[in-house]
Amino acid sequence: MAKEGETILDVSKRNGIHIPTLCYHSDVTIKASCRVCVVEVNREELLPSCSTKVQNGMVVETDTSSVRRARKINLELLFSQHQEECHDCIWNLNCKMLDFAKEYKVKINKFKDRKDHYPAYRFGCSLEFDSSKCIDCRNCIEICKEQGVGFLEMRGKSHLREVFPSERKDKDCVHCGQCINHCPAGAFEAVGEFERTEKPLKKEEITLIFQIAPAVRAAIGEEFGLPAGFNLMGELVSSLRQLGGDNIFDVPVGADITTMEESKEFLKRTEEGGLPLLTSCCPSWVRFVEFYYPEFIPHLTTVRSPHIILGKLIKEYFSTKKGVDPQELFLISIMPCVAKKHEIEREELAENGVRPVDYVMTTRETGRLLKKNNIKLKGMEKGRTDDPFGEASFSGVSYGASGGVMQSAIFNIIGERVQFKKVSSGLAEASISYKGRNLRLAVVHGLKNARNALEGLKKDPKRYDYVEVMACPGGCIGGGGQPVPTSESMTKERRAGLRKASEDKEVLKAKDNPVVKKVYEEILTTEKEISRICHTRYHEASKTPLYKNKRNNK
Amino acid sequence: MGRSGSNFPVHLKWESVKKEKAEKKYVVCNAAEGELGAFKDLFILKNHSRYVIEGIRVAIDYLSAEKGYIYLKKEYFEEVHDLLKEEIGNDEIEIVKKKGGYIGGEETALIKVIEGGVPEPQKKPPFPTQKGLWGYPTLVNNVESFYCVGKIKREEYEKERFYSIFGDAPNKGVHKLQGGITIREILESTGNVPDFEYFLKIGGGACGIIMLPEELDVPLRRLGVIMIYKKEGLDCYALMKKWVDFLLEGNCDKCTPCREGLYRIMEMIEKRDMEGVEDMLFAMEKTSFCPLGTSAATSLRSFLEKVLKNDHENKN
Repeated sequence: MAKEGETILDVSKRNGIHIPTLCYHSDVTIKASCRVCVVEVNREELLPSCSTKVQNGMVVETDTSSVRRARKINLELLFSQHQEECHDCIWNLNCKMLDFAKEYKVKINKFKDRKDHYPAYRFGCSLEFDSSKCIDCRNCIEICKEQGVGFLEMRGKSHLREVFPSERKDKDCVHCGQCINHCPAGAFEAVGEFERTEKPLKKEEITLIFQIAPAVRAAIGEEFGLPAGFNLMGELVSSLRQLGGDNIFDVPVGADITTMEESKEFLKRTEEGGLPLLTSCCPSWVRFVEFYYPEFIPHLTTVRSPHIILGKLIKEYFSTKKGVDPQELFLISIMPCVAKKHEIEREELAENGVRPVDYVMTTRETGRLLKKNNIKLKGMEKGRTDDPFGEASFSGVSYGASGGVMQSAIFNIIGERVQFKKVSSGLAEASISYKGRNLRLAVVHGLKNARNALEGLKKDPKRYDYVEVMACPGGCIGGGGQPVPTSESMTKERRAGLRKASEDKEVLKAKDNPVVKKVYEEILTTEKEISRICHTRYHEASKTPLYKNKRNNK
Repeated sequence: MGRSGSNFPVHLKWESVKKEKAEKKYVVCNAAEGELGAFKDLFILKNHSRYVIEGIRVAIDYLSAEKGYIYLKKEYFEEVHDLLKEEIGNDEIEIVKKKGGYIGGEETALIKVIEGGVPEPQKKPPFPTQKGLWGYPTLVNNVESFYCVGKIKREEYEKERFYSIFGDAPNKGVHKLQGGITIREILESTGNVPDFEYFLKIGGGACGIIMLPEELDVPLRRLGVIMIYKKEGLDCYALMKKWVDFLLEGNCDKCTPCREGLYRIMEMIEKRDMEGVEDMLFAMEKTSFCPLGTSAATSLRSFLEKVLKNDHENKN
């Protein structure tokens, strides 16, 4: 039975009837442009199932000879504008285009690639766009606009217009990576995917250390064919040891220290002024502020992001304990994020030529690397992260989803969890009373919502006292470095997986975590040391020059 | 019957806008005239603008519409803008300059342009009569349709129709004739029966269909455009190239079959080898997003079957 207003595709999906789709993505408006999902309606017309609403008495056939023929031809035409680079593609092993090619006996090289001479662009040190793979669905343009950035545009006046990074001085990429998650053709990828992934592992003489971000554990299973929402932290730890990791740490421990410092800063600003306080652990959001709203830079918390703090502690404290020269220690952060690749390059984080983190590997890269080394995550024995930074708190793990940072800080201050009220899909608000003051809190995810929040603060600076912002929809679990496909519904399922992971933790609050206590007793003993290890600064950003890699016509 | 070439009955369109319950309604006169060889709307605007404006006023009154728009081809702007302005006087009718190529004249694309966006066709339904400009019910009719309404209002309507006759026509121009007559009668009454071997393209220089001399005893049921082509010395590929160039130029690049299919057809034309064209035509006819792709394919197919095939057979 179909419901009023449903499309043919909706009904088919609900009933397990297979229809191939490419430009369709549940997060964006229906484009109906690839014309691969056509079905035969009333034995006469071919119509796209994604945009055609069902009607009473409608006869729909999903697999007639005309349907198959139309799909085959349109797929051949799509392949004719898509330069294959399968070995190095983020969709490798689960590429829909190739699956359909098999299903419809498509000759993928029937035509000479129209775009074989199209360039690849690099946006900063996080993202790459290979325009020779683009199939013109324009989902990236929509999602970039939806993210409040609008860096991707259409270029060209007449035929064969193309997706192009904006040349306007007032537009720049903030590396959220949502274009990656919404491109069906693998035209976008993180820098390093996958040609650089193995490089760091090949250095024999170094001590190789991994630290794992919270959101990764709830999504890495997808790389191995598991459904979203499993907590695979233990399995991941063992897998990384098998891969050659000498030590494995948990980024949520760093998050607990971020919470400690950020709650201190919030209280200080409450007393001394400087509110609203804006969170800063999302590097894409930081870059958004630095480029689009530099007037808000003084409001960003100076506390460093969790993996940077933990990175500092590993490179300085742990290396001394282990008796290794920090220069010979290679630290890889496994992140659900591509903007973190940019973050570790920030000048102000390096000290005496040593960076807190040497490489950022996305969840996708990690999955790829394990598979390539024949390490099977599924069924792996559960391992534990190493001392002295063993276990994080419930709060630290909750950093992986929208709301986690704010909840952790407030929990740390007032000792109870706050009920937030959802105002819109990307905004939740709450207010608490603390020492006779009413403090207004907001949790925002998605940069368009962030833009709205900042515009609201411009008009009324007292609107909020503390705002958490995550650039990606749903927070880090929906991050640009997560497995593809990623969609809003999958993000919800990952959220459940993350919750399970945090509920495993015995300690709830950051300040009650014995690891944290020990770090403050032994390392973060003076204000000077705290400032050197845990705090940073920001600066107004100018447009990053676009790096274009021209291709020779093959 | 509407005069844009799609033959949609004017009264049905008016009624469907009328019956919509909405705070506001709009009227658009489509003067985008994008087809190759079509000049009849320009001719009407230059010579009979008062009927056109009258027709728009009738529509605005009938629908209690907020405002009317004339969506005018860029190239016509200078020529007729002042003249139209004078005719409009103080009425709520605004002239908007067309954007984009051929596709810019498609009704959902032109709505996007008037709203300030880019000319790209939108999914139907909803039809503009339901949700047009800024989401309000909108009546979009061709210049000639409004002309007829104006004529009827003034009780001067004589069931006339305008025909653009170009190409190798002996007597090129826009001709005003009785509606409903056969194509042969049109040629005869305008002094356009060629004394050479020929074929016609009916309904548009780019998207029209090919008709041979023995097929002309039927009324013209498409856009009032007749192109006459002399067979002698004709380079079929050069001619197709001209058409496909035009179609590519006017393309919105949105859907796969039209964007990539036309590109590959152009490649075949340039190689002077149409092998594989059938697949392209099939995909365009059956799966294009908007009527441009469908009609472009039908048009090319009629040329391939009626002209190119014979041309090849004669040469072999």
